[in-house]
Amino acid sequence: MPEIDSGDTAWVLMSIALVLFMVPGLAFFYAGMVRSKNVLGMLMQNFFSLGLVSVLWVLLGFSLAFGEDLGGGFVGALDFVGLAGLGEIPGLEGALTIPPIAFVAFQMMFAVITPALITGAIADRMKFAAWVVFLAVWSVLVYAPVAHWVFSPGGWLFQRGALDFAGGTVVHINAGVAALALIVVLGRRRGWPGEAMPPHSLPLTLLGTGILWFGWFGFNAGSALGANGLAAQALINTHIAAAAGMCGWLLVERIKDGKATTLGGASGAVAGLVAITPCAGFVNTMSALAIGAVAGAVCFLAIQLKYRLRYDDSLDVVAVHLVGGIIGSVLLGVFADAGVNDAAPDGLLFGGNAELLVNQFIAVGATLAFSGILSLVLAKVIDLAIGLRVDEDDEAQGLDTTQHAETAYSFGDVRSLGRVA
Amino acid sequence: MKLVTAIVKPFKLDEVRDVLKGMGVEGMTITEVQGFGRQRGQTEVYRGAEYTVNFVPKVRLEVLLSADAVDGIVEAIVEAARTGKIGDGKIWVTDVEGVTRIRTGEKGSDAL
Repeated sequence: MPEIDSGDTAWVLMSIALVLFMVPGLAFFYAGMVRSKNVLGMLMQNFFSLGLVSVLWVLLGFSLAFGEDLGGGFVGALDFVGLAGLGEIPGLEGALTIPPIAFVAFQMMFAVITPALITGAIADRMKFAAWVVFLAVWSVLVYAPVAHWVFSPGGWLFQRGALDFAGGTVVHINAGVAALALIVVLGRRRGWPGEAMPPHSLPLTLLGTGILWFGWFGFNAGSALGANGLAAQALINTHIAAAAGMCGWLLVERIKDGKATTLGGASGAVAGLVAITPCAGFVNTMSALAIGAVAGAVCFLAIQLKYRLRYDDSLDVVAVHLVGGIIGSVLLGVFADAGVNDAAPDGLLFGGNAELLVNQFIAVGATLAFSGILSLVLAKVIDLAIGLRVDEDDEAQGLDTTQHAETAYSFGDVRSLGRVA
Repeated sequence: MKLVTAIVKPFKLDEVRDVLKGMGVEGMTITEVQGFGRQRGQTEVYRGAEYTVNFVPKVRLEVLLSADAVDGIVEAIVEAARTGKIGDGKIWVTDVEGVTRIRTGEKGSDAL
């Protein structure tokens, strides 16, 4: 057994809590953007990932992602089902300075938040029951294998030398393309894009953004798996990319639409955070600034895609997470700096080395293909079996009352009259 | 007896109230409403998507008066609520058949 370091362990335990807090952060980021009749529906699609995926992770997901490779680097074996016999993590023997169970918990939070990212695309129209089935199957059949490919030392992309510090491919591209596949089957909201569907509470969205930003320090700096210089570098990279993302988005928005909006500021910060995720522990601070700024500007422009191609990505999961994830994963091949982290080779800019860039493209392409196709099939099967969408009346009435029998906002005396049945 | 109903800009409500109170008006009812007239709606932008908001927020105030007080009160509301810009609102007057004060049962002008 390697030496357990108390400082490293303390930081990772802290990071687990930080990443956990991103789930309500994301929930409120999204919930502020939907209409008031769908707030609870949105919050619950996110929150329930904490319930369901956590359970599936300890039962099955962790073993598929980080168990002994079954061959070919595709998926882990079932030897850690129920966390039975959890010893050292295969491929990380002697490398971890934290207890393996802390590693399990840290990775669990990644498994929880990744499918939650998808919910922004499907807002206002998906049956809760259909979402639960998608969530369960996707986290086991799609998330766990992709996590194995990239994060497990036995995974084929890891072996190739593709890099992903905290989840550009595994988290953001994976969720982003799954969101696209799911809405292709699910269809548009009735009335979109002609009917106005404005956010009901941007203050909630801004609050959610702040929580996400805060939690992202655990996501990225925690991925150093130690309390050390690399974690500090990842932390400042994370912060600067978010800041530059906000500036980049607002600058382009101001030029194009005439106003710098609060939703734009929040969205730009998140775009910067997404793009820096794969790069956080592999690039220097100025590279992080560039990556964040590019992501902010490009993700803003990418929003127009849904109007051109007529898919209703309601809260822009594709434009922010898929496009942002691709920007970060590809730019890592350009900006990787062995001076920051000697576990990685130099990229195009610092070493004139295109090999990493090629590997990054392979990782992006493989994630897009695998997650995209499996998600499409899964969505189609669920649609045929139980139906993905709520019916027309329920969609008009909203998810809160029809899916959960509750109302988010109960203001005024008249609203609270009534008798117990 | 008459009912004076006025639609005014929300930020003008306090001025209107102060003036009417000064003129001896004993009470009024106000409601937050939305609507449109000659004033066009406003435009909002969310991630590049422009929405036109067709109904703008206004306040509706209702005052019960004896018939002889109506003209002066309408003038006073016009004076207090006017900004000169489009969207200042409207005032109309309707006949009221009867008024009853719930607490005492008083009727007619005694109930005003």
